[in-house]
Amino acid sequence: MRLTLRAAAITLAAIAATFGLDPFRNYQLATAAGVFAAVAGLTVLIGLTGQLSLGHAVLMAAGGYGYAAAATATADVAPLPVALLAGLIGAALTAGILGLLLGLAAARLHGPYLAGLTLALVIALPSAANVLPLGGEQGRSAPLLPVPEALSSLIAIEQWHAWLAIVISAAAVTPLVALRSGRHGLRMRAVLDDETAARLSGVNPGPVKTGAFVAGAIPAGLGGAALAVATQQVAPGGYGIAFSLLLVVAAVLGGLGSIGGAAIGSVLVVALPWLIDTAAEAVPADLGRRLDGNLAVLLFGAVVIAVTLARPEGIAGLLTGLRRPKTAPSEPAPTPPGEAPPSNDSKPSTNTER
Amino acid sequence: MHTPTGTTVVAALTAAALLGLVACSTPGEDDTPGVTDDTVTIGTHQPLTGPAAAGYSTISAATAAYFAYVNDNGGIHGRDIEYIVKDDAYDPANTQTAVRQLVTEDRVFAIVNGLGTPTHASVLDYLDEQEVPDLFVSSGSLTWNQPGVYPNTFAFNADYVTEGAALAQYAIEQRPDATICVLGQDDDYGEGVLEGVEAVVGGNEIAEIQTYSTANEDLTAQIGAMMEAGCEVNILATINGFTAMAVGTAAALDWFPQWYVSSSGGDYPTLAGYLGEDTAPLLLQGMVSVNYLPFSPDDDWVELFHRINEEYNDGAPFTGNTVFGMSVGYLFAEALAAAGEDPTRESLVAAIESGDLLGNGIVPLSYGEDDHAAYRGVGITTVDDGVQDYVGTTYSVAAGQVTTVEAEPVPLEHEGIPQPPQ
Repeated sequence: MRLTLRAAAITLAAIAATFGLDPFRNYQLATAAGVFAAVAGLTVLIGLTGQLSLGHAVLMAAGGYGYAAAATATADVAPLPVALLAGLIGAALTAGILGLLLGLAAARLHGPYLAGLTLALVIALPSAANVLPLGGEQGRSAPLLPVPEALSSLIAIEQWHAWLAIVISAAAVTPLVALRSGRHGLRMRAVLDDETAARLSGVNPGPVKTGAFVAGAIPAGLGGAALAVATQQVAPGGYGIAFSLLLVVAAVLGGLGSIGGAAIGSVLVVALPWLIDTAAEAVPADLGRRLDGNLAVLLFGAVVIAVTLARPEGIAGLLTGLRRPKTAPSEPAPTPPGEAPPSNDSKPSTNTER
Repeated sequence: MHTPTGTTVVAALTAAALLGLVACSTPGEDDTPGVTDDTVTIGTHQPLTGPAAAGYSTISAATAAYFAYVNDNGGIHGRDIEYIVKDDAYDPANTQTAVRQLVTEDRVFAIVNGLGTPTHASVLDYLDEQEVPDLFVSSGSLTWNQPGVYPNTFAFNADYVTEGAALAQYAIEQRPDATICVLGQDDDYGEGVLEGVEAVVGGNEIAEIQTYSTANEDLTAQIGAMMEAGCEVNILATINGFTAMAVGTAAALDWFPQWYVSSSGGDYPTLAGYLGEDTAPLLLQGMVSVNYLPFSPDDDWVELFHRINEEYNDGAPFTGNTVFGMSVGYLFAEALAAAGEDPTRESLVAAIESGDLLGNGIVPLSYGEDDHAAYRGVGITTVDDGVQDYVGTTYSVAAGQVTTVEAEPVPLEHEGIPQPPQ
């Protein structure tokens, strides 16, 4: 109940914030919201079960394609809100099923092998888009959701899409938070700490790992749907290997396992390339063109190294560290950074850096 | 429950909000975006990097050079044309962001000459919804000619079906018994050209049909299969880089068939850039292509464009892309001149729909209220000794029927600076 209230409060705050933004910034916010949902799924997957997925972009794309297919099919016969809902169900289903298949493999693979498998998926995406009925490089288009009549004099379409994207990612992330702080989260941490010990205490690691993969895939799919709402298009070009690695970067920067960190990470991932583009336009054209595209990658690399050296727990840990002495001096034994809040039944001794 | 999560999310969202506390999203401003007393700002998305860059990145530079020439000569209705070029690397995901930035942040008057079928298709609905004039799309897809669905979108290239039909017609006139094959890009481009070829020679008469994807930079399998099928005339619906690759791959296999190439991939100077100045005249000897813009070395337009290229484009290599880019610039300037003293988005679209624009093509523009296609006819060009020129055969294509027509070049007037209609 508390969680729902908090989620609603944050969602409302985010929607209120859209009024302070111009249309392009709102479009970026919508993108960041979609990325946030995916990074939240990824951060829980890596942070709580230690399964490194480098292919979360494919799960996002799967969700996007699922959304586009279902929404386009329903838009012909039903009103747009119904099409949106059908699209979201389609997104969750496609990403969930793909996540399940991946999870089944993941339960048998460890570390680099799983990373390799998921990486191969990203590389295969453009070819898959050509072979499967996914519209090749042109991709699939999704219906444009216009601003409702009652709001049309008040807000622009970008702002409306930002609202939709915020609500979609709230709906994707809230269950994830509940899952993380509940019994399933506990089981995941048990498996991460020591599979044999977990097995001895009656926790079967296989289903836990597979379940975690599905739980991390569905938000990613919904994130893909949110992007499709904002751009009316899903194309393989948008979900390339660079983007997939950026999702991991966002999770690491924010702090593995931390949902708040995922939010910070995704805003950075969306805003930083654009800031650099803008800066590159200010310097002489020739130099700017050479820097453009390369500088973003370079800077991300530098930031990741700096953050992991200075704050291995990510930016979220930094904020917690600043806040703790002032507001919560009476908190019990320090929680490992990036961890879920200590609830009554959780052991305060798990390690996220595996 | 006191947790770090809630506050950090709020902090993150606040940070997002602070990123741009500039303006509100509230719609409903009345003035015409992009038009001030002394400037008109327009924008475009072009592949300046990525797989299509080598073939097409010079187009926007040529257009910008033409606008600089116009601005130096007083502009249009006293306004300078400012041309914002955004790189999308030929990737629809980038086009989405670039075009939104142009429309909402740079507040452009119109999008002019957005390049590419997959890229531009991804912003078509958005531009329609925002009612932004979407002029002279740089692609021959039939998508751009749907006045009922997209009232503000106008094509520029002769459409791919027209090109395919004209190439096939010339092929059967020149070599009635030849085995005809088609190699096409796996999108609207390849499909359109194939449709045109089929309309002329019949679906069963094409010996081999191969496709490729721009993501996969290798044509060995496709060229091998075409060689195996005994193709004699290869009609290519390829972008420049892949035309060069097809010709080069075939030469490596010691195979020298006849190449009939669509205009988007048949620009000799650009291909020579890929194949090398020494080998290109040999490999491309006799290559047949189509064009609808002035291209003869002694043409007045070409002479003017050469001069502008020297003066405003640092003397960059002069190719078909240079002519294409400057012709687009000319057509936009002509439309802007016809849109009146105080142009609005409506008057700009109306000026094009009036059918009074002449452009500078060798066949008349076909714009009208019910027709947003630009050129419905093309002229055949061939390469001889490293020089590409019209052979004098011009076709008009309507409903799959190809008819021979006379070319009607537009004479150059007022030094290539459009004047307001009297």
